[in-house]
Amino acid sequence: MFELDFSVIPANSSLLLEGIKMTFLLAGLAIVGGIILGTFLALLRIAKIPVLSQFSAAYVNFFRSLPLILVIFWLFFLVPLIVGKPVGAFSSVLVAFILFEAAYYSEIIRAGINSVRLGQLAAARAIGLTYFQSMRYVILPQAFRAMTPILLTQAIILFQDTSLVYVVGLRDFLVSAEIVANRDQRLVEMFLFVALVYFVLCFAGSLGVKYLQKRINNEL
Amino acid sequence: MNYEKNNKMIEMRSVNKWYGKVQVLNECSLDVSKGEVIVVCGPSGSGKSTLIKTINGLEPVNSGEIIVSGISVTDKSTNLDQMRSKIGMVFQNFELFPHMNVTENIKLGQTKVLGRTNEEAEQKAKNLLERVGLTDHAHKYPSQLSGGQQQRVAIARGLAMEPMAMLFDEPTSALDPEMINEVLDVMIKLAKDGMTMMVVTHEMGFARKVADRVVFMDYGKIIEDASSKDFFGSPRSDRAQEFLSKILDH
Repeated sequence: MFELDFSVIPANSSLLLEGIKMTFLLAGLAIVGGIILGTFLALLRIAKIPVLSQFSAAYVNFFRSLPLILVIFWLFFLVPLIVGKPVGAFSSVLVAFILFEAAYYSEIIRAGINSVRLGQLAAARAIGLTYFQSMRYVILPQAFRAMTPILLTQAIILFQDTSLVYVVGLRDFLVSAEIVANRDQRLVEMFLFVALVYFVLCFAGSLGVKYLQKRINNEL
Repeated sequence: MNYEKNNKMIEMRSVNKWYGKVQVLNECSLDVSKGEVIVVCGPSGSGKSTLIKTINGLEPVNSGEIIVSGISVTDKSTNLDQMRSKIGMVFQNFELFPHMNVTENIKLGQTKVLGRTNEEAEQKAKNLLERVGLTDHAHKYPSQLSGGQQQRVAIARGLAMEPMAMLFDEPTSALDPEMINEVLDVMIKLAKDGMTMMVVTHEMGFARKVADRVVFMDYGKIIEDASSKDFFGSPRSDRAQEFLSKILDH
């Protein structure tokens, strides 16, 4: 029976900290980028402008039919080809996450927009606001409020999915922990620690979502 | 032709509209002069709400012409957004913006469409809230107000744009009975101040008191268009008579 030795964690704290920073940076940028691109796609889809809304629908269906890990792989090899020079694992992975997540975010945002009463758009147009002003000032603020819990849930999923970047050798939290685990032969301790950190962060996130959901339900 | 001179505010010429195979407006023609108050009534599904929404282009039409203050709403080259800002509209379900307080609701169109400064818009909102008797509620959210209060805010929101005409789509039918009068009072005051108004309503007391003319619709057609005195004295069509007897009996 071997003994657990968790002193390996503080001993490598700076490496692990770098890793978790990378995980947060990647997840944060991907969430913001994904929501912005997703909103844009949702608006294109809803505006019913012939070619554009079909493009948006095709985009969503395309990315939702592919495994994320494949998209990460592709972008890692394709982006340098398109740009003509190496771009680094981080940029290519970030682009992959934004493109992929935007498909999911756009469907959430579209449902959020559809949940706002039709009369609200009529009222906004009736005072002379343009279609995009109506969306910007009247429809989207209400849609985002209603869908905040679902957006956050998707953000938690994305946070977990960032661990897939190990396939292109980006040093996120999981990869950093694995390096330490292999080097110091502390596999059990390190993977227990990694599991605990992911669990605590994501569970806290879910509790936050539940709390928000309750508050929004009370308001509406 | 100079429409200003002959005092026409709204003109509808042979307006037709279909939803798929169902014809909801059938050869509707109507004139509303400046300062006139028109009540539109008829059984549900008769097309009266659709009719009123075609006037500011919220409902597109299939054929016919609609002219408001000399500008064609049905002409594709008309800037409908600008047109709509000059025609106030009040909805059955109020449709206040729930994420904004009362003052912000009244300010939105003023700042974003008319380009007024924040201070101008704020002052205007204050004056209008006084006019509809809601000064104390300026910073409340719509969900904190009663239906009658919400509808009065909605009227103020429309008036803030200084419209040349106001359209009302069943403004009191979603209200509890004890709140109907506070909304009608505001509308009566507005009518007496000379506002051009077109009102879809079943409130025949209101029609009797302030309407210059009553328009009766059925199956998408305008069946009667008479002065309110004539309409309540002796409606010419059987359908209007039947309708009136049904809603006046109680």
